[in-house]
Amino acid sequence: MTHYETIIGLEVHAQLLTESKMFCGCSADYADAAPNTHVCPVCMALPGVLPVINRAAVEKTIMAGLALNCTIAEEAVFARKNYHYADLPKGYQISQYELPFCRDGWIEVEAKVEAEVEAEAEAKRVGITRAHLEEDTGKLVHAGAHSLVDLNRAGVPLLEIVTEPDLRSPEEAHAYLTRLQQILRYLGVSSADMERGAMRCEANVSVRPVGVGEFGTKVEVKNLNSFKAVRQSLEYEVARQIALLEAGERVVQVTMGWDEANGRTVVQRTKESSADYRYFPEPDLPPLVVERAWVDAIAARLPELPDAKAARFVAEMGLDPREVAVLVADRAVANYFEAVVSAVRNPVSSRNRVSKYAPKTVANWITGELFRLMNAAGVGIDAVQITPAAFAELLALVDAGTINVNSARRALDGMFESGRRASDLVAELGLAQVSDAEALAGVVAEVLNRYPAEVASYRDGNEKLFGWLMGQVMRATRGKGNPAVVRELLDRALNVQR
Amino acid sequence: MSLTIAEVEHIAELAKLGLTDAEKALYREQLSAILDYAATLQAVDTSAIPPTATGLPLRNVMREDAVRPSMPREDVLANAPDASEGYFRVRAVFESGD
Repeated sequence: MTHYETIIGLEVHAQLLTESKMFCGCSADYADAAPNTHVCPVCMALPGVLPVINRAAVEKTIMAGLALNCTIAEEAVFARKNYHYADLPKGYQISQYELPFCRDGWIEVEAKVEAEVEAEAEAKRVGITRAHLEEDTGKLVHAGAHSLVDLNRAGVPLLEIVTEPDLRSPEEAHAYLTRLQQILRYLGVSSADMERGAMRCEANVSVRPVGVGEFGTKVEVKNLNSFKAVRQSLEYEVARQIALLEAGERVVQVTMGWDEANGRTVVQRTKESSADYRYFPEPDLPPLVVERAWVDAIAARLPELPDAKAARFVAEMGLDPREVAVLVADRAVANYFEAVVSAVRNPVSSRNRVSKYAPKTVANWITGELFRLMNAAGVGIDAVQITPAAFAELLALVDAGTINVNSARRALDGMFESGRRASDLVAELGLAQVSDAEALAGVVAEVLNRYPAEVASYRDGNEKLFGWLMGQVMRATRGKGNPAVVRELLDRALNVQR
Repeated sequence: MSLTIAEVEHIAELAKLGLTDAEKALYREQLSAILDYAATLQAVDTSAIPPTATGLPLRNVMREDAVRPSMPREDVLANAPDASEGYFRVRAVFESGD
């Protein structure tokens, strides 16, 4: 059987987080608005109106372009893309064509190397052809013999990011989208939320026999509204195209839609050539000259991006790269982690001083215990009411031996629930660790008396029972015994009396 | 004439217009005349002139990102041929747009 290579290019549309629309002062926050309440003569295209460019949208576009390693154009021009559709009041979309703001960039994504036994991540560079600014269309609601039109979304600024045909599998496409979403969120330029339509994806897919230089006929797949849809539709489409070629048929250039319910791509229409859009420079909008100083000022506001943050966490804190990937996936989590590390290093009171709590321990507490609580409650880091200082106090209590790790988990549960301080919860729940050797020796003796058979078996060489007996003592202290003290007492009791 | 009937049909389709044969012939003539008139500009030697997207001396006309009041919905829908529950109502659209 012939082996085939998959070629994928992605077009992503991301709504920019501006207050107002791209060319008028209507609110861009349409999510919960009643239909046609964020509409004015400009965005409903009444005769005689003039659009005016939203500066913040341009700056967010340039910022995204910089983060995507693009060249920023010295001159940018808006263009009309002409087509008729019920959600497009002007009969054209204001977009960019020959002179977009950003071109020739790249980002690195984690690509899986198939040959490895254990899937190993390797950085792969994906080319960005261009990133340009345009306006969103209205929304259609289909109702039987009619369609209903809501223009609230019409004119919301939209950043279109087009890749080179560099992606070689549905997994790589997924990895690219994940990374792109992460970067846009770090920049704060878009919520990039696919499920809410703030980030939408179209794919160009083709296959070719391995070794063939030319690309196969490409098919455009639209309506990819989730990460799952992107992966599944691409897997389906690649298999469909290979099956056609294997059967001696050919792939026809069409636009397909992803039919989520039936898990297949369906033909939407034959492809219009770009000439049919009759692009021409938008006469209502003078060109933009992008001065170097303006770009530099925007560059100065760029936040630390995920790759740089990850590298710094590894270098400065000695963390494991895999652990760091989890921490930097979400900028808010990374910031929280850093704030806790900082609070641990610079405690508000000497009472909270931590001697041995390394960043690694903080990372473990966050990615382990805190994530567990967040997942169970179904909330993000923004909803966590434990302040970094309060988290540091909890770790200080463990470090000082006031509570053991088990009790700290229970305290954290309470802190997560109520936002109360660790020290208050420890007092209230009686979580303070018992380190008093005399008191614990009594408990140890009691446990040994209760389990004479196990004690005898241990003394006969069944060493595994030490852990079990340890567990019984800890249980008898209701988890509050200092494990180190208990271990020493148990060891002495079991081995001295031999 | 600079336009063929096929080109007129293509333009009509892009404009979503249904034309009779008589109209196609008429528009072929009229559109060709417009194109021929515009073509007189082709005689001007522009080889030494850099291309531009505008004839105006304006650049970088922008506004600050501030929300201003939208129109009352009854005004938005006032001229709509058909409306329903706050929406414009149009004939059913099946194809997906761009």
